[in-house]
Amino acid sequence: MAHPRFGLGTLLSGPVLWLLVVYVGSLALLVVSAFFGLDEFTGKATTQLTLGNLNEVITENAYRMLVLRSIGVATAATAICFALALPVGFYISKLAQPWAKRGLVVAMLLPLWAGYLVKAFALRAVFEPGSDFGAGGFLKNTIGWSPGFGYLSVIITLAYLWFPYMFLPIYSGFERLPESLLDASSDLGAGSIRTFFSVMMPMLVPSIAAGSIFTFSLSLGDYITVKIVGGKSQMIGNIIERTLLAPNQPLAAAFTLWPISIMVVYLFVMARLGAFKNL
Amino acid sequence: MQISKRSQISLRATTYGVLVMLYTPLILIFILSFNTANSLTWPPRGFSTRWWSTFLEVESARDALSSSTRLALIAMVIAVVLGSMLSFALQRFEFFGKNSLSFLAVLPIALPGIVTGVALRNTFVRFGLDLGFISVIAGHTTFCIVVVHNNVVARLRRISPNLREASSDLGANSLQTFRFVTWPLVRSSVFAGAILAFALSFDEVVVTTFTAGAGIQTLPQWILNNFSRPNVLPYVTVVATIVMVISLPIAWLAQRLADPPNDKLV
Repeated sequence: MAHPRFGLGTLLSGPVLWLLVVYVGSLALLVVSAFFGLDEFTGKATTQLTLGNLNEVITENAYRMLVLRSIGVATAATAICFALALPVGFYISKLAQPWAKRGLVVAMLLPLWAGYLVKAFALRAVFEPGSDFGAGGFLKNTIGWSPGFGYLSVIITLAYLWFPYMFLPIYSGFERLPESLLDASSDLGAGSIRTFFSVMMPMLVPSIAAGSIFTFSLSLGDYITVKIVGGKSQMIGNIIERTLLAPNQPLAAAFTLWPISIMVVYLFVMARLGAFKNL
Repeated sequence: MQISKRSQISLRATTYGVLVMLYTPLILIFILSFNTANSLTWPPRGFSTRWWSTFLEVESARDALSSSTRLALIAMVIAVVLGSMLSFALQRFEFFGKNSLSFLAVLPIALPGIVTGVALRNTFVRFGLDLGFISVIAGHTTFCIVVVHNNVVARLRRISPNLREASSDLGANSLQTFRFVTWPLVRSSVFAGAILAFALSFDEVVVTTFTAGAGIQTLPQWILNNFSRPNVLPYVTVVATIVMVISLPIAWLAQRLADPPNDKLV
């Protein structure tokens, strides 16, 4: 039999080459290029080092507000996903009839594969505010009100898009809770509300953290939903795209340091909460 | 645990309410693709199959469909090979840096797509490589590897190492053990990973936008470029419906393969 190390080397070479060299290499290069200058005439990055880009994206007030708004939108979308996934996950895991369970889980996850743009576009049809002439989308002409195109629609659309990512870990978390633990809690005199908050919630924290990584990260970097249902709204992704195509690659790279550093901090906090045991 | 009748009813109402919210927009697009008007207004002005019968004449949509399909197939094949190799390495061996590598394996989907897209674009441009079909494949493969890996490694964790030991005790070499013991057990998870990788690549737009050159247009990009043009808009609803009708059953199949309800793995 071949030496096991030989097998390991062969198995690792391809994927490691890809993930380490292509992916991590590119990320490293991106971070470095944030410190490069720009040749005003050619629009190309020079290799002259400068702190100008970094200075601009950190100190410019308008950019700070943009970053804060993006964090706000991502947090709000995550909160909506959580607020809905918790009761739904609980119901399907603990109360639904056994025959309905599997179908419900699949039904909750299936929209994930309907296509990102298809869904964003579908919500455009829902939110279409119409004009003064009365022509409007689904909400406007069924309930008479629509959030129109703006931050509220962006938040709702992002929550709609990423809901399954929050639902799945929370549902699995409920499934893993041993029935006996809940019985013990009620035997010891806890009501259902007490059991929920003192027994179930602490055990669900890692699942919630895992789900929130996806809802938060995918929302934070989004710029296409903003284009489709956001009207004049702007998020950090839009400014990255705009500067990159300007073209000012070094400044765009400096902007990406915002989502990268926010996500590094976020992943670190979530890892402390046990998220990676549940991915 | 005792839960009052009232809370039970409200929990059930929330669950089915969420289902309605999830599916209403999708059904809406389907209905609007038969609209006579070329806008997203509700209710539809009248019933027409005009957009469906003429959509194949829209050359840009046809080209986009074929680019997307080719792209997704190639990214899927590369990702299945590399993703499975990674899973076997991480599951079977202990080595220095294993934990970092497991963490690295989730990074492409944990970081926003725009970061991956801008980073890869930057690398290609800096090394003087043309942005085109190859660079898009490279971008897609990066996150598809992760999807395949997640599926395969989850299955491998459920297979007891005793099986492999028993196989080699009975005289099988490592190739035979793989062929007759391991492969039959992981096969369905590899297929599921492949389907999900295909679906993800077919659907991806952010990484595509940044790694594609001027000559490439995938189906999602086609939707993005045309949703605000009134004379193409009805075709966008048709294309959106087609994407749903193709991908939903495939995704359903993948979920069945990934986690067969009654399979007993040892």
